[in-house]
Amino acid sequence: MKAHGRVHKYGDNVDTDVIIPARYLNTTDHKELAAHCMEDIDTEFVNKVNEGDIMVAEANFGCGSSREHAPIAIKASGISCVIAKTFARIFYRNAINIGLPIIECPEAAEKINDGDEVEIDFESGVITNRTKNETYQGQAFPDFLINIINSNGLLNSLK
Amino acid sequence: MTMTQKILAAHAGLDEVKAGQLIMAKLDLVLGNDVTSPVAINEFNKAGFDSVFDTEKITMVMDHFTPNKDIKAAGQCKQCRDFCGEYKIKNYFDVGDMGIEHALLPEKGLVAPGDCVIGADSHTCTYGALGAFSTGIGSTDMCAGMAKGKTWFKVPSAIKFNITGKLPEYSAAKDVILHIIGLIGVDGALYRSMEFSGEGLKNLTMEDRLCMANMAIEAGAKNGIFAVDEVTLDYIKDKVDREYKVYEADPDAEYEAVYDICLDEIKPTVAFPHLPENARTFDQIGDIKIDQVVIGSCTNGRIEDMRCAAEILKGRRVADNVRCIVIPATQKVYLQAMQEGLLEIFINAGCAVSTPTCGPCLGGHMGILAKGEKAVATTNRNFVGRMGHPESEVYLASPYVAAASAVTGRISQPSELTD
Repeated sequence: MKAHGRVHKYGDNVDTDVIIPARYLNTTDHKELAAHCMEDIDTEFVNKVNEGDIMVAEANFGCGSSREHAPIAIKASGISCVIAKTFARIFYRNAINIGLPIIECPEAAEKINDGDEVEIDFESGVITNRTKNETYQGQAFPDFLINIINSNGLLNSLK
Repeated sequence: MTMTQKILAAHAGLDEVKAGQLIMAKLDLVLGNDVTSPVAINEFNKAGFDSVFDTEKITMVMDHFTPNKDIKAAGQCKQCRDFCGEYKIKNYFDVGDMGIEHALLPEKGLVAPGDCVIGADSHTCTYGALGAFSTGIGSTDMCAGMAKGKTWFKVPSAIKFNITGKLPEYSAAKDVILHIIGLIGVDGALYRSMEFSGEGLKNLTMEDRLCMANMAIEAGAKNGIFAVDEVTLDYIKDKVDREYKVYEADPDAEYEAVYDICLDEIKPTVAFPHLPENARTFDQIGDIKIDQVVIGSCTNGRIEDMRCAAEILKGRRVADNVRCIVIPATQKVYLQAMQEGLLEIFINAGCAVSTPTCGPCLGGHMGILAKGEKAVATTNRNFVGRMGHPESEVYLASPYVAAASAVTGRISQPSELTD
């Protein structure tokens, strides 16, 4: 299981209020949420993101609210994986539960630049930066997480 | 084991657990609100569940965008109302009964010491004030919790805060927790428990503790938890009418770090935009003009907060060009504030007083900021765009500081008015 795409890079403490501002939480529609993804820190994100692209950020990604709308908006915008130094714990759980793969890898978060072409192998946890010809070792996904991601979320995996 | 580890072990049916261990734990309460529950209900229906685990151990509180701010928000509440009706969920709280969830549930006696609680709202960590393990989760976990009455946890390690002393006049629990977040950072307790204990606890009221546990998430913590004492037992005695168990940390419990917090040294503190860790005392603040003050939220919307604000606002006027919005967190707080004459003080001072709602705290409604505006708020987050326009600013503070700032029109501490 792999992800491959161009990188959208962000800094520390990207919180759920900027991932999807609360003023849009009056809907649960995935496409509507995706239309406002990252709006308060990067108004161009929704115009430049392509299916399969990868989001990379520094420490404490997804801090703040428990809104599952945040990983839903990221996933529905086409992002195939988020890499960060660390994730806030509720976001981590929510992302896995809805089937959005995320990987903690401080080295990758530091060295990958905006626009780099990156490939991720979830079974091995190896992150390859094709632009810079570098590889970084992230946390490999255990089988039960691979199963949740492949099933497109926790509830589907329980069926 | 730490207090949290003991509660988790008991709910997993184990004698002992260790930090990092994955466990399946029974739940005493599953909570959702009008923003997170609809996502959980959609998943519940998609998964094909046809029953909930316990009609008395699930609660939904319509507090975020209520009274309904628009047609879509009304639809989300209707979805929750219909679901709770269909599945006979007893503790459904709608406009007229509802309050801000984390002020309401302790008041209703729905949380007791030793409970294991999950809520699809990050400030679910508030109930740690009562000596419960309580943590925020997302809608999918809420859905699974409603169906099965259990969920998996990774057992957290802990950081201990040894509280001593007594707060000086006009210093508040909010100042203590802002000071702590400033000390350890917004990810300083990531994945961990924050355990509060020590001889100074006796000088913190239950409302002080609810305020502090509420903001454990702003340090990244999985939960915040207070040792149970006379103050706790006195608070729950006329609220909780079921059995509960008090857990204490073992004397040899392991902590990743121990911080000594002396309440005598706590000064009025303000967290600057755009992170709660940007804590400053008044020697580092300067002259900052403001446009709005919000006094309320799950952090500081309880009766003692209303009294603190009223103490400052009594016989004074809100400054010209400042809007001051006071939001009692529950109907009970609202009524009590009315009976004590606090609402009259607020209205005579030129404040708007609102029915309970999370409203402006998360930029929902009832006090949204325009581009470039600044607000002092007793809420819990000051992220970019949190209360409105992405170029507005929120400064977090205690009800004392918020009320004093409303009077002067700039960020002020009460001593500026009373000296």
